[in-house]
Amino acid sequence: MPLLETRRLTAFYGDFQALYGIDTMLDQGETIAIIGANGAGKSTFLKAVAGLIQGAADSVVLDGVPIGARPASDILKLGIALVPEGRRLFPSLTVEENLRIGGYGRKMQGPWTLDRVYSLFPFLKERRSSATPTLSGGQQQMAAIGRALMSNPRVLLCDEISLGLAPIIIADVYAALPQIKAEGTSVVLVEQDIVQAMKVADRVYCFQEGRLSLTGRPRELTRDQIHCAYFGS
Amino acid sequence: MTAWLDALIQGLLLGGLYALFAAGLSLIFGVMRLVNLAHGDLIVLAAFIILVVTNRFGLNPFVAVLIAAPILFLAGFALQHVLLNRTLGGDLLPPLLVTFGLSIIIQNGLLQIFSADSQRLRVGAIETASIPLGGGIAVGVVPLLTLLSAVAVIVLLNLIFYRTAIGRAFRATSDDPEVAQLMGIDHQRIFAVAMGLAFVAITIAALYLGLRANFDPSIGPARLLYAFEAVIIGGLGSFWGTLAGGIVLGLAQTIGAQIDPEWQILAGHLAFLAVLAIRPRGLFPRAQD
Repeated sequence: MPLLETRRLTAFYGDFQALYGIDTMLDQGETIAIIGANGAGKSTFLKAVAGLIQGAADSVVLDGVPIGARPASDILKLGIALVPEGRRLFPSLTVEENLRIGGYGRKMQGPWTLDRVYSLFPFLKERRSSATPTLSGGQQQMAAIGRALMSNPRVLLCDEISLGLAPIIIADVYAALPQIKAEGTSVVLVEQDIVQAMKVADRVYCFQEGRLSLTGRPRELTRDQIHCAYFGS
Repeated sequence: MTAWLDALIQGLLLGGLYALFAAGLSLIFGVMRLVNLAHGDLIVLAAFIILVVTNRFGLNPFVAVLIAAPILFLAGFALQHVLLNRTLGGDLLPPLLVTFGLSIIIQNGLLQIFSADSQRLRVGAIETASIPLGGGIAVGVVPLLTLLSAVAVIVLLNLIFYRTAIGRAFRATSDDPEVAQLMGIDHQRIFAVAMGLAFVAITIAALYLGLRANFDPSIGPARLLYAFEAVIIGGLGSFWGTLAGGIVLGLAQTIGAQIDPEWQILAGHLAFLAVLAIRPRGLFPRAQD
């Protein structure tokens, strides 16, 4: 049984349908990447899994349990944490407070403690008392990942963690992923940066206008297939 | 000279009362951006509840507060959970209308039950006791307790906000309710806890309202006005600012009264307008607002 499954997942913003029957699967310890152009529905997919958009109960299934109708605060407690697009750290909280609040709703014993997050991103310890708006974009992204890890999630959802960052910084952010995977955490990456996504993902799903256009293992997919699934033929 | 010094000291002490009026308002505005137009009436309602507990059980009002505070915490929690959470969202108007309606209901409900008669909380000799400071100046024990209680309430609120997990949840929810949910925070419950705490602050404010002067069901809106002015003078979202705002208001009133007794209330409002004109964000605004 897969750890996380979406079954015919749909999502709406008012009358506008953003997702059309998406079927995906994530196994324990696996990393999958969701790629696609702007507006393909990638972020909506993560929001639906994280409970920010609620739908039919059996459209999202964690460990065989339907969770699609549960609110976001419940989903975190069940072990799914989201690193939201644009970092969205809490500006009134210091760096350390941002990390601590990541574990607010799910106080699970696990590999990820404040010290462990500090060892993953050492500069966060130096800036622990700083206000988060004073951090650089890359530092904010790492703090946002650290915040999500503090709940010791079974599934880590990452929304565009390379967005707006310089290539060298993107490499730094992605350097943390192997350590996160090594702790057994399953990861869902949403990325526009296809090259990064293909490097770390075990499997790739490509979205196009709210529909699944391609699925496969990175090594098995050709450039043309991806191009076609990404932009449409 | 002594008269002026006395006015300053009395203004400082009166500021403590206004800071107490304002503490709960500052708290709920800080957490959920809710402007509670029933705040003044809730203070009066709490004063009546303390009065009832005092009379029914023959207790000292200071003891009655200890019984009333948990009851009012639950009342605040329930009010937010059942009613006010439904009004929060994108639009500013629903919470204003609902709390305005609540204000009318509380005033008329109190009028129906307790009549328009003035009431007072009685604590015996301490009411008139004072401590001489020399030079013909003395401070009343109750006004001094008011200021000390205001400082204690502000210190406690700061400790809760900046030293506890629930305080982090308050600030995070205030910053970004959507992302707060991603931290496992049930923001509606957090709002209800914040309202419960605000009601405890309201209960303490009500104690001193009833000890320092007469009260009747109609005086809520004026207390709301003072509370608003203190919060805005101090700067939205800052508890120390709220204390400072209360003291500025108190000082302005007693200095105004020293010039001419008719100017007391007017001078407070003028100080408020002056702060709005010179520092529209208040004296100690929170950096992110």
